[in-house]
Amino acid sequence: MPENAIEVEGLRKQFDQVVAVDDVGFTVPAGGFVALLGGNGAGKTTTIGMLLGLILPTSGRITVLGADMLRQRYRVLPRMNFSSPYVDLPHRLTVAENLGVYAHLYGVRDVRARIAALARDLDLESFVKRPTGSLSAGQRTRVALAKAMVNEPDLLLLDEPTASLDPDTADWVRGYLRDYRARTGASVLLASHNMSEVERLCDDVLMLRRGRIVDQGAPADLIARYGRDNLEQVFLDIARGQGRAAREAAAE
Amino acid sequence: MTAAQELPNPAFSPRRVGSMALRYLYLLRGSWPRILELAYWPTVQMVLWGFITQFLAANSSYIAQAFGILLSGVLLWDVLFRGQLGVTISFLEELWSRNLGHLFVSPLRPLEMVCAMLFMSLVRTLIGFVPASLLAIMFFDYSMYGMGLPLVGFFFTVIITGWAVGLAIAGILLRQGLGAESLAWLVVFAIAPISGIYYPISVLPDALQVLAWCLPSAYAFEGMRAVLVDGVFRADLMWLGLGLNLIYLAAGTAVFMICFRLARQRGQLLQMGE
Repeated sequence: MPENAIEVEGLRKQFDQVVAVDDVGFTVPAGGFVALLGGNGAGKTTTIGMLLGLILPTSGRITVLGADMLRQRYRVLPRMNFSSPYVDLPHRLTVAENLGVYAHLYGVRDVRARIAALARDLDLESFVKRPTGSLSAGQRTRVALAKAMVNEPDLLLLDEPTASLDPDTADWVRGYLRDYRARTGASVLLASHNMSEVERLCDDVLMLRRGRIVDQGAPADLIARYGRDNLEQVFLDIARGQGRAAREAAAE
Repeated sequence: MTAAQELPNPAFSPRRVGSMALRYLYLLRGSWPRILELAYWPTVQMVLWGFITQFLAANSSYIAQAFGILLSGVLLWDVLFRGQLGVTISFLEELWSRNLGHLFVSPLRPLEMVCAMLFMSLVRTLIGFVPASLLAIMFFDYSMYGMGLPLVGFFFTVIITGWAVGLAIAGILLRQGLGAESLAWLVVFAIAPISGIYYPISVLPDALQVLAWCLPSAYAFEGMRAVLVDGVFRADLMWLGLGLNLIYLAAGTAVFMICFRLARQRGQLLQMGE
Protein backbone atom coordinates (compact mmCIF):
# COMPACT_ATOMS: atom_id res chain seq x y z
CA MET A 1 0.00 0.00 0.00
CA PRO A 2 1.52 3.38 -0.98
CA GLU A 3 1.93 6.10 1.66
CA ASN A 4 -0.78 8.23 0.07
CA ALA A 5 -4.05 6.90 -1.28
CA ILE A 6 -4.43 9.98 -3.51
CA GLU A 7 -1.82 12.40 -4.83
CA VAL A 8 -2.96 15.30 -6.99
CA GLU A 9 -0.66 17.85 -8.59
CA GLY A 10 -1.48 20.91 -10.70
CA LEU A 11 -4.95 19.63 -11.55
CA ARG A 12 -6.94 21.81 -13.90
CA LYS A 13 -10.21 21.34 -15.74
CA GLN A 14 -11.59 23.82 -18.22
CA PHE A 15 -15.00 23.40 -19.88
CA ASP A 16 -14.94 25.76 -22.88
CA GLN A 17 -14.42 29.17 -21.23
CA VAL A 18 -15.22 28.02 -17.69
CA VAL A 19 -12.36 26.95 -15.43
CA ALA A 20 -14.00 24.47 -13.02
CA VAL A 21 -10.82 23.35 -11.26
CA ASP A 22 -7.66 25.43 -11.26
CA ASP A 23 -4.20 24.25 -10.22
CA VAL A 24 -5.43 22.01 -7.42
CA GLY A 25 -2.94 19.89 -5.49
CA PHE A 26 -3.44 17.76 -2.39
CA THR A 27 -2.84 14.35 -0.89
CA VAL A 28 -5.06 11.94 0.98
CA PRO A 29 -2.91 9.73 3.21
CA ALA A 30 -3.57 6.00 3.27
CA GLY A 31 -6.26 5.45 5.88
CA GLY A 32 -7.13 9.17 5.93
CA PHE A 33 -10.62 10.66 6.02
CA VAL A 34 -10.50 13.92 4.09
CA ALA A 35 -13.28 16.35 3.15
CA LEU A 36 -13.63 18.55 0.11
CA LEU A 37 -15.65 21.56 1.18
CA GLY A 38 -16.96 24.34 -1.00
CA GLY A 39 -20.12 26.04 -2.16
CA ASN A 40 -22.10 25.06 -5.24
CA GLY A 41 -19.87 25.27 -8.31
CA ALA A 42 -16.67 25.30 -6.24
CA GLY A 43 -15.34 22.29 -8.18
CA LYS A 44 -15.92 19.42 -5.72
CA THR A 45 -17.85 17.11 -8.04
CA THR A 46 -15.52 17.86 -10.97
CA THR A 47 -12.52 17.01 -8.78
CA ILE A 48 -14.09 13.74 -7.66
CA GLY A 49 -15.05 12.97 -11.27
CA MET A 50 -11.42 13.40 -12.32
CA LEU A 51 -10.16 11.24 -9.44
CA LEU A 52 -12.49 8.48 -10.63
CA GLY A 53 -11.48 8.85 -14.27
CA LEU A 54 -15.02 9.87 -15.31
CA ILE A 55 -13.75 13.31 -16.33
CA LEU A 56 -10.48 13.87 -18.19
CA PRO A 57 -8.41 16.70 -16.73
CA THR A 58 -7.19 19.51 -18.96
CA SER A 59 -3.80 19.20 -17.23
CA GLY A 60 -2.24 17.90 -14.05
CA ARG A 61 -1.40 14.58 -12.46
CA ILE A 62 -3.53 12.20 -10.41
CA THR A 63 -2.07 9.16 -8.67
CA VAL A 64 -4.53 6.85 -6.93
CA LEU A 65 -3.33 3.87 -4.86
CA GLY A 66 0.01 4.18 -6.64
CA ALA A 67 -1.42 4.18 -10.19
CA ASP A 68 -1.46 7.05 -12.67
CA MET A 69 -5.20 7.58 -13.23
CA LEU A 70 -4.72 8.84 -16.78
CA ARG A 71 -2.86 5.73 -17.92
CA GLN A 72 -3.54 2.95 -15.44
CA ARG A 73 -7.03 3.55 -14.09
CA TYR A 74 -8.21 0.00 -14.76
CA ARG A 75 -5.49 -1.28 -12.43
CA VAL A 76 -7.01 0.44 -9.43
CA LEU A 77 -10.73 0.75 -10.25
CA PRO A 78 -11.43 -2.67 -8.68
CA ARG A 79 -10.09 -1.27 -5.38
CA MET A 80 -12.09 1.96 -5.43
CA ASN A 81 -15.76 2.81 -5.27
CA PHE A 82 -18.04 5.78 -5.30
CA SER A 83 -21.44 7.03 -4.25
CA SER A 84 -23.31 10.16 -5.23
CA PRO A 85 -26.93 11.31 -5.04
CA TYR A 86 -26.53 12.53 -8.63
CA VAL A 87 -25.85 9.05 -10.01
CA ASP A 88 -28.57 6.46 -9.61
CA LEU A 89 -29.05 2.71 -9.77
CA PRO A 90 -31.53 1.13 -12.21
CA HIS A 91 -34.98 1.56 -10.66
CA ARG A 92 -36.63 -1.55 -12.07
CA LEU A 93 -34.00 -3.94 -10.79
CA THR A 94 -34.39 -5.18 -7.23
CA VAL A 95 -31.82 -4.21 -4.62
CA ALA A 96 -30.33 -7.72 -4.72
CA GLU A 97 -30.14 -7.68 -8.53
CA ASN A 98 -28.42 -4.29 -8.56
CA LEU A 99 -25.91 -5.35 -5.93
CA GLY A 100 -25.39 -8.66 -7.74
CA VAL A 101 -24.59 -6.95 -11.05
CA TYR A 102 -22.04 -4.67 -9.40
CA ALA A 103 -20.55 -7.50 -7.34
CA HIS A 104 -19.95 -9.39 -10.61
CA LEU A 105 -18.52 -6.28 -12.28
CA TYR A 106 -16.07 -5.79 -9.42
CA GLY A 107 -15.09 -9.44 -9.47
CA VAL A 108 -16.37 -10.30 -6.00
CA ARG A 109 -15.84 -14.02 -5.46
CA ASP A 110 -18.83 -15.08 -3.40
CA VAL A 111 -21.55 -12.76 -4.63
CA ARG A 112 -24.42 -14.21 -2.59
CA ALA A 113 -22.49 -14.10 0.65
CA ARG A 114 -21.38 -10.54 -0.04
CA ILE A 115 -24.95 -9.36 -0.74
CA ALA A 116 -26.16 -11.11 2.42
CA ALA A 117 -23.40 -9.43 4.46
CA LEU A 118 -24.19 -6.01 3.00
CA ALA A 119 -27.91 -6.49 3.58
CA ARG A 120 -27.21 -7.36 7.20
CA ASP A 121 -24.65 -4.58 7.83
CA LEU A 122 -26.64 -1.85 6.12
CA ASP A 123 -30.04 -3.03 7.31
CA LEU A 124 -31.38 -3.76 3.81
CA GLU A 125 -32.83 -7.17 4.57
CA SER A 126 -36.47 -6.08 4.67
CA PHE A 127 -36.40 -4.62 1.15
CA VAL A 128 -33.58 -6.46 -0.63
CA LYS A 129 -36.09 -8.11 -3.01
CA ARG A 130 -37.95 -4.90 -3.81
CA PRO A 131 -37.35 -2.79 -6.93
CA THR A 132 -34.86 -0.03 -6.13
CA GLY A 133 -37.20 2.59 -7.57
CA SER A 134 -39.89 1.80 -4.99
CA LEU A 135 -37.68 2.67 -2.00
CA SER A 136 -37.69 5.80 0.14
CA ALA A 137 -34.83 8.32 -0.15
CA GLY A 138 -33.22 6.97 3.01
CA GLN A 139 -33.45 3.36 1.84
CA ARG A 140 -32.02 4.30 -1.55
CA THR A 141 -29.10 6.04 0.09
CA ARG A 142 -28.33 2.91 2.08
CA VAL A 143 -28.52 0.85 -1.13
CA ALA A 144 -26.16 3.30 -2.87
CA LEU A 145 -23.79 2.94 0.07
CA ALA A 146 -24.06 -0.85 -0.19
CA LYS A 147 -23.15 -0.61 -3.87
CA ALA A 148 -20.15 1.55 -2.90
CA MET A 149 -19.10 -1.11 -0.38
CA VAL A 150 -19.72 -4.12 -2.60
CA ASN A 151 -16.00 -4.62 -3.35
CA GLU A 152 -14.81 -3.55 0.14
CA PRO A 153 -12.87 -0.69 -1.42
CA ASP A 154 -9.49 0.55 -0.22
CA LEU A 155 -10.52 4.01 -1.38
CA LEU A 156 -14.02 5.41 -1.13
CA LEU A 157 -15.10 8.62 -2.83
CA LEU A 158 -18.36 10.00 -1.56
CA ASP A 159 -20.23 12.95 -2.99
CA GLU A 160 -22.69 14.29 -0.40
CA PRO A 161 -23.44 10.86 1.12
CA THR A 162 -26.08 12.19 3.52
CA ALA A 163 -27.83 14.67 1.22
CA SER A 164 -31.64 14.54 1.59
CA LEU A 165 -31.50 12.18 4.56
CA ASP A 166 -33.30 12.70 7.85
CA PRO A 167 -30.96 13.34 10.83
CA ASP A 168 -31.37 9.82 12.19
CA THR A 169 -30.48 8.08 8.92
CA ALA A 170 -27.67 10.57 8.24
CA ASP A 171 -26.21 9.86 11.67
CA TRP A 172 -26.46 6.12 11.04
CA VAL A 173 -24.60 6.51 7.70
CA ARG A 174 -21.85 8.53 9.36
CA GLY A 175 -21.46 5.87 12.03
CA TYR A 176 -21.22 3.17 9.39
CA LEU A 177 -18.53 5.05 7.47
CA ARG A 178 -16.51 5.66 10.62
CA ASP A 179 -16.70 1.98 11.56
CA TYR A 180 -15.79 0.86 8.05
CA ARG A 181 -12.70 3.01 8.02
CA ALA A 182 -11.67 1.82 11.50
CA ARG A 183 -12.22 -1.82 10.54
CA THR A 184 -10.54 -1.85 7.12
CA GLY A 185 -8.09 1.06 7.18
CA ALA A 186 -9.67 2.33 3.98
CA SER A 187 -9.15 5.92 2.84
CA VAL A 188 -12.15 8.17 2.29
CA LEU A 189 -12.55 11.41 0.37
CA LEU A 190 -15.85 13.09 1.07
CA ALA A 191 -17.50 16.06 -0.61
CA SER A 192 -20.17 17.52 1.62
CA HIS A 193 -22.15 20.59 2.52
CA ASN A 194 -22.78 19.27 5.99
CA MET A 195 -20.25 20.96 8.26
CA SER A 196 -21.04 19.06 11.45
CA GLU A 197 -20.62 15.84 9.48
CA VAL A 198 -17.19 16.93 8.33
CA GLU A 199 -16.20 18.01 11.84
CA ARG A 200 -17.20 14.63 13.22
CA LEU A 201 -15.68 12.42 10.55
CA CYS A 202 -12.69 14.05 8.90
CA ASP A 203 -9.03 14.38 9.84
CA ASP A 204 -8.37 16.97 7.21
CA VAL A 205 -10.42 19.48 5.21
CA LEU A 206 -9.70 20.99 1.80
CA MET A 207 -11.55 24.27 1.31
CA LEU A 208 -12.41 24.92 -2.33
CA ARG A 209 -13.55 28.20 -3.78
CA ARG A 210 -13.99 28.90 -7.49
CA GLY A 211 -12.03 25.81 -8.40
CA ARG A 212 -9.02 26.50 -6.19
CA ILE A 213 -7.98 25.20 -2.79
CA VAL A 214 -7.97 28.29 -0.60
CA ASP A 215 -7.19 26.62 2.71
CA GLN A 216 -6.54 23.25 4.24
CA GLY A 217 -6.21 21.73 7.69
CA ALA A 218 -7.78 19.70 10.46
CA PRO A 219 -11.29 20.93 11.35
CA ALA A 220 -10.16 22.16 14.80
CA ASP A 221 -7.15 23.97 13.30
CA LEU A 222 -9.30 25.71 10.68
CA ILE A 223 -11.81 26.81 13.30
CA ALA A 224 -8.99 28.25 15.43
CA ARG A 225 -7.27 29.86 12.42
CA TYR A 226 -10.41 31.77 11.48
CA GLY A 227 -11.32 32.56 15.07
CA ARG A 228 -14.71 30.89 14.73
CA ASP A 229 -16.83 28.56 16.82
CA ASN A 230 -17.48 25.93 14.20
CA LEU A 231 -16.67 24.85 10.67
CA GLU A 232 -19.87 26.28 9.24
CA GLN A 233 -18.72 29.80 10.14
CA VAL A 234 -15.33 29.10 8.52
CA PHE A 235 -17.14 27.82 5.42
CA LEU A 236 -19.25 31.00 5.25
CA ASP A 237 -16.16 33.21 5.59
CA ILE A 238 -14.50 31.43 2.69
CA ALA A 239 -17.60 31.06 0.50
CA ARG A 240 -18.30 34.79 0.84
CA GLY A 241 -14.71 35.73 0.06
CA GLN A 242 -14.05 36.97 3.59
CA GLY A 243 -11.59 34.25 4.53
CA ARG A 244 -8.44 36.36 4.55
CA ALA A 245 -10.04 39.08 6.68
CA ALA A 246 -11.30 36.50 9.17
CA ARG A 247 -7.86 34.88 9.38
CA GLU A 248 -6.13 38.21 9.91
CA ALA A 249 -8.65 39.22 12.54
CA ALA A 250 -8.13 35.90 14.32
CA ALA A 251 -4.33 36.32 14.15
CA GLU A 252 -4.55 39.72 15.84
CA MET B 1 -7.16 -6.69 0.83
CA THR B 2 -10.49 -5.98 -0.82
CA ALA B 3 -13.04 -8.60 -1.85
CA ALA B 4 -12.34 -7.88 -5.51
CA GLN B 5 -8.61 -7.40 -5.81
CA GLU B 6 -7.82 -11.07 -5.26
CA LEU B 7 -8.97 -11.68 -8.82
CA PRO B 8 -6.96 -10.66 -11.89
CA ASN B 9 -8.26 -7.68 -13.84
CA PRO B 10 -7.72 -8.53 -17.53
CA ALA B 11 -8.06 -6.00 -20.34
CA PHE B 12 -11.16 -7.81 -21.60
CA SER B 13 -13.26 -9.88 -19.26
CA PRO B 14 -16.11 -12.15 -20.38
CA ARG B 15 -17.21 -12.10 -16.71
CA ARG B 16 -17.84 -8.35 -16.89
CA VAL B 17 -19.63 -8.73 -20.22
CA GLY B 18 -21.77 -11.40 -18.55
CA SER B 19 -22.45 -9.05 -15.62
CA MET B 20 -23.86 -6.44 -17.95
CA ALA B 21 -25.87 -9.01 -19.89
CA LEU B 22 -27.26 -10.17 -16.55
CA ARG B 23 -28.29 -6.59 -15.78
CA TYR B 24 -30.29 -6.38 -19.04
CA LEU B 25 -31.74 -9.87 -18.63
CA TYR B 26 -32.98 -8.95 -15.13
CA LEU B 27 -34.70 -5.97 -16.68
CA LEU B 28 -36.26 -8.05 -19.45
CA ARG B 29 -37.31 -10.82 -17.06
CA GLY B 30 -38.91 -8.36 -14.71
CA SER B 31 -41.43 -7.09 -17.25
CA TRP B 32 -43.58 -9.49 -19.30
CA PRO B 33 -45.07 -6.63 -21.37
CA ARG B 34 -41.55 -5.96 -22.64
CA ILE B 35 -41.08 -9.55 -23.74
CA LEU B 36 -44.52 -9.52 -25.34
CA GLU B 37 -43.71 -6.29 -27.16
CA LEU B 38 -40.54 -7.82 -28.60
CA ALA B 39 -42.60 -10.56 -30.25
CA TYR B 40 -45.61 -8.38 -31.00
CA TRP B 41 -44.37 -6.11 -33.81
CA PRO B 42 -42.61 -8.75 -35.92
CA THR B 43 -45.71 -10.94 -35.65
CA VAL B 44 -48.08 -8.12 -36.63
CA GLN B 45 -45.84 -7.23 -39.57
CA MET B 46 -45.65 -10.84 -40.64
CA VAL B 47 -49.44 -11.30 -40.53
CA LEU B 48 -50.11 -8.04 -42.37
CA TRP B 49 -47.58 -8.69 -45.11
CA GLY B 50 -48.56 -12.31 -45.28
CA PHE B 51 -52.10 -11.42 -46.33
CA ILE B 52 -50.87 -8.74 -48.75
CA THR B 53 -48.53 -11.29 -50.28
CA GLN B 54 -51.30 -13.86 -50.55
CA PHE B 55 -53.41 -11.36 -52.44
CA LEU B 56 -50.55 -10.34 -54.74
CA ALA B 57 -49.57 -13.93 -55.40
CA ALA B 58 -52.86 -14.42 -57.15
CA ASN B 59 -52.29 -11.37 -59.33
CA SER B 60 -48.55 -11.24 -59.95
CA SER B 61 -46.40 -13.83 -61.65
CA TYR B 62 -43.28 -12.47 -59.89
CA ILE B 63 -44.76 -12.93 -56.45
CA ALA B 64 -46.33 -16.19 -57.48
CA GLN B 65 -42.80 -17.42 -58.29
CA ALA B 66 -41.71 -17.00 -54.74
CA PHE B 67 -44.44 -16.40 -52.22
CA GLY B 68 -41.91 -15.82 -49.46
CA ILE B 69 -40.08 -12.82 -50.96
CA LEU B 70 -42.14 -10.15 -49.26
CA LEU B 71 -42.62 -12.15 -46.09
CA SER B 72 -38.93 -12.95 -45.75
CA GLY B 73 -38.05 -9.36 -46.63
CA VAL B 74 -40.33 -8.07 -43.89
CA LEU B 75 -38.90 -10.40 -41.27
CA LEU B 76 -35.26 -9.82 -42.23
CA TRP B 77 -35.80 -6.07 -42.22
CA ASP B 78 -37.28 -6.45 -38.77
CA VAL B 79 -34.13 -8.29 -37.70
CA LEU B 80 -32.07 -5.29 -38.83
CA PHE B 81 -34.36 -2.82 -37.07
CA ARG B 82 -34.61 -4.88 -33.86
CA GLY B 83 -30.85 -5.46 -33.95
CA GLN B 84 -30.26 -1.71 -33.97
CA LEU B 85 -32.97 -1.07 -31.41
CA GLY B 86 -31.61 -3.83 -29.15
CA VAL B 87 -28.27 -2.01 -28.89
CA THR B 88 -29.75 1.44 -28.52
CA ILE B 89 -32.41 0.48 -25.97
CA SER B 90 -29.82 -1.19 -23.75
CA PHE B 91 -27.81 2.01 -23.80
CA LEU B 92 -30.88 4.18 -23.27
CA GLU B 93 -31.68 2.09 -20.18
CA GLU B 94 -28.44 3.35 -18.64
CA LEU B 95 -29.27 6.96 -19.52
CA TRP B 96 -32.83 6.70 -18.23
CA SER B 97 -31.61 5.25 -14.94
CA ARG B 98 -28.68 7.72 -14.61
CA ASN B 99 -26.42 4.73 -14.10
CA LEU B 100 -23.48 5.52 -16.41
CA GLY B 101 -21.43 7.12 -13.65
CA HIS B 102 -21.60 3.97 -11.53
CA LEU B 103 -20.83 1.69 -14.46
CA PHE B 104 -17.75 3.53 -15.60
CA VAL B 105 -16.16 3.88 -12.19
CA SER B 106 -16.34 0.09 -11.99
CA PRO B 107 -13.72 -1.97 -13.85
CA LEU B 108 -16.14 -2.26 -16.80
CA ARG B 109 -14.48 -1.16 -20.05
CA PRO B 110 -16.42 0.49 -22.87
CA LEU B 111 -15.68 -2.39 -25.23
CA GLU B 112 -17.10 -4.86 -22.72
CA MET B 113 -20.25 -2.80 -22.52
CA VAL B 114 -20.44 -2.84 -26.34
CA CYS B 115 -20.23 -6.66 -26.31
CA ALA B 116 -22.96 -6.90 -23.66
CA MET B 117 -25.23 -4.63 -25.71
CA LEU B 118 -24.65 -6.74 -28.84
CA PHE B 119 -25.43 -9.93 -26.93
CA MET B 120 -28.67 -8.45 -25.60
CA SER B 121 -29.59 -7.22 -29.05
CA LEU B 122 -29.25 -10.80 -30.32
CA VAL B 123 -31.46 -12.09 -27.48
CA ARG B 124 -34.12 -9.44 -28.03
CA THR B 125 -34.11 -9.96 -31.80
CA LEU B 126 -34.49 -13.72 -31.48
CA ILE B 127 -37.42 -13.25 -29.08
CA GLY B 128 -39.12 -11.32 -31.90
CA PHE B 129 -37.95 -13.29 -34.91
CA VAL B 130 -38.46 -16.90 -33.84
CA PRO B 131 -42.18 -16.70 -32.89
CA ALA B 132 -43.01 -14.61 -35.98
CA SER B 133 -41.23 -17.02 -38.32
CA LEU B 134 -42.96 -20.01 -36.66
CA LEU B 135 -46.36 -18.33 -36.92
CA ALA B 136 -45.70 -17.77 -40.63
CA ILE B 137 -45.57 -21.56 -40.99
CA MET B 138 -48.89 -21.88 -39.14
CA PHE B 139 -50.73 -19.06 -40.90
CA PHE B 140 -49.35 -19.19 -44.44
CA ASP B 141 -47.67 -22.55 -44.66
CA TYR B 142 -44.45 -20.70 -45.44
CA SER B 143 -41.17 -21.50 -43.70
CA MET B 144 -38.23 -19.13 -43.90
CA TYR B 145 -36.16 -22.02 -42.62
CA GLY B 146 -36.63 -23.60 -46.04
CA MET B 147 -33.80 -21.31 -47.17
CA GLY B 148 -31.48 -23.50 -45.15
CA LEU B 149 -28.07 -22.35 -43.98
CA PRO B 150 -28.05 -19.18 -46.12
CA LEU B 151 -30.77 -17.86 -43.79
CA VAL B 152 -28.20 -17.84 -40.97
CA GLY B 153 -25.89 -15.77 -43.17
CA PHE B 154 -28.67 -13.33 -44.11
CA PHE B 155 -29.74 -13.06 -40.47
CA PHE B 156 -26.24 -12.16 -39.30
CA THR B 157 -25.61 -9.82 -42.22
CA VAL B 158 -28.64 -7.70 -41.40
CA ILE B 159 -28.31 -7.86 -37.61
CA ILE B 160 -24.65 -6.77 -37.76
CA THR B 161 -25.69 -3.80 -39.91
CA GLY B 162 -28.27 -3.01 -37.21
CA TRP B 163 -25.58 -3.28 -34.52
CA ALA B 164 -23.30 -0.88 -36.37
CA VAL B 165 -26.08 1.70 -36.70
CA GLY B 166 -27.11 1.11 -33.07
CA LEU B 167 -23.59 1.70 -31.75
CA ALA B 168 -23.27 4.91 -33.74
CA ILE B 169 -26.62 6.10 -32.32
CA ALA B 170 -25.47 5.17 -28.78
CA GLY B 171 -22.39 7.33 -29.41
CA ILE B 172 -24.57 10.23 -30.54
CA LEU B 173 -26.72 9.77 -27.42
CA LEU B 174 -23.58 10.03 -25.30
CA ARG B 175 -22.70 13.25 -27.08
CA GLN B 176 -26.16 14.83 -27.28
CA GLY B 177 -27.97 13.26 -24.33
CA LEU B 178 -31.60 12.19 -24.23
CA GLY B 179 -32.56 15.05 -26.54
CA ALA B 180 -31.41 12.77 -29.35
CA GLU B 181 -33.51 9.82 -28.13
CA SER B 182 -35.83 9.86 -31.14
CA LEU B 183 -32.87 8.93 -33.37
CA ALA B 184 -33.15 5.44 -31.92
CA TRP B 185 -36.48 4.95 -33.68
CA LEU B 186 -35.83 6.94 -36.86
CA VAL B 187 -32.31 6.70 -38.23
CA VAL B 188 -32.36 3.14 -39.51
CA PHE B 189 -35.38 3.82 -41.75
CA ALA B 190 -33.19 6.08 -43.88
CA ILE B 191 -31.51 3.01 -45.35
CA ALA B 192 -34.74 1.05 -45.90
CA PRO B 193 -35.56 2.42 -49.39
CA ILE B 194 -32.09 1.59 -50.73
CA SER B 195 -31.62 -1.77 -49.03
CA GLY B 196 -33.78 -3.56 -51.62
CA ILE B 197 -36.03 -5.15 -49.01
CA TYR B 198 -39.08 -5.62 -51.24
CA TYR B 199 -37.65 -5.00 -54.72
CA PRO B 200 -34.34 -5.64 -56.52
CA ILE B 201 -31.60 -2.97 -56.31
CA SER B 202 -31.79 -2.75 -60.12
CA VAL B 203 -35.11 -0.87 -59.94
CA LEU B 204 -33.39 2.06 -58.17
CA PRO B 205 -31.99 5.03 -60.14
CA ASP B 206 -28.30 4.60 -61.02
CA ALA B 207 -27.00 6.98 -58.36
CA LEU B 208 -29.01 5.25 -55.65
CA GLN B 209 -27.80 1.86 -56.85
CA VAL B 210 -24.23 2.97 -56.15
CA LEU B 211 -25.31 3.99 -52.65
CA ALA B 212 -27.26 0.77 -52.16
CA TRP B 213 -24.25 -1.41 -52.95
CA CYS B 214 -22.39 0.39 -50.17
CA LEU B 215 -24.87 -1.09 -47.67
CA PRO B 216 -24.32 -4.62 -46.34
CA SER B 217 -28.09 -5.03 -46.03
CA ALA B 218 -28.49 -4.72 -49.83
CA TYR B 219 -26.32 -7.83 -50.28
CA ALA B 220 -28.44 -9.78 -47.79
CA PHE B 221 -31.76 -8.94 -49.49
CA GLU B 222 -30.36 -9.54 -52.99
CA GLY B 223 -28.93 -12.85 -51.79
CA MET B 224 -32.27 -13.77 -50.26
CA ARG B 225 -34.06 -13.10 -53.57
CA ALA B 226 -31.47 -15.18 -55.43
CA VAL B 227 -32.28 -18.13 -53.17
CA LEU B 228 -36.06 -17.67 -53.27
CA VAL B 229 -36.51 -16.76 -56.94
CA ASP B 230 -33.65 -18.48 -58.72
CA GLY B 231 -32.90 -21.17 -56.17
CA VAL B 232 -29.25 -20.10 -56.20
CA PHE B 233 -27.06 -19.28 -53.22
CA ARG B 234 -24.84 -16.33 -54.17
CA ALA B 235 -21.74 -16.76 -51.99
CA ASP B 236 -20.22 -13.63 -53.56
CA LEU B 237 -23.09 -11.49 -52.20
CA MET B 238 -22.81 -13.11 -48.79
CA TRP B 239 -19.07 -12.49 -48.45
CA LEU B 240 -19.32 -8.92 -49.76
CA GLY B 241 -22.10 -8.21 -47.27
CA LEU B 242 -20.22 -9.71 -44.36
CA GLY B 243 -16.99 -7.97 -45.40
CA LEU B 244 -18.73 -4.61 -45.59
CA ASN B 245 -20.28 -5.35 -42.21
CA LEU B 246 -16.83 -5.67 -40.65
CA ILE B 247 -16.12 -2.12 -41.79
CA TYR B 248 -19.52 -0.90 -40.58
CA LEU B 249 -19.18 -2.57 -37.19
CA ALA B 250 -15.66 -1.19 -36.75
CA ALA B 251 -16.94 2.27 -37.69
CA GLY B 252 -19.94 2.02 -35.32
CA THR B 253 -17.67 0.89 -32.47
CA ALA B 254 -15.20 3.67 -33.27
CA VAL B 255 -17.99 6.29 -33.15
CA PHE B 256 -19.08 4.95 -29.75
CA MET B 257 -15.52 4.92 -28.36
CA ILE B 258 -14.75 8.42 -29.67
CA CYS B 259 -17.99 9.77 -28.20
CA PHE B 260 -17.17 8.01 -24.91
CA ARG B 261 -13.83 9.81 -24.77
CA LEU B 262 -15.49 13.12 -25.64
CA ALA B 263 -18.05 12.51 -22.87
CA ARG B 264 -15.17 12.06 -20.41
CA GLN B 265 -13.61 15.29 -21.64
CA ARG B 266 -16.89 17.16 -21.20
CA GLY B 267 -17.80 15.56 -17.88
CA GLN B 268 -21.03 14.15 -19.33
CA LEU B 269 -20.81 10.70 -17.74
CA LEU B 270 -21.72 12.23 -14.38
CA GLN B 271 -24.55 14.33 -15.77
CA MET B 272 -26.30 12.04 -18.21
CA GLY B 273 -29.91 11.15 -17.47
CA GLU B 274 -33.41 12.47 -17.30
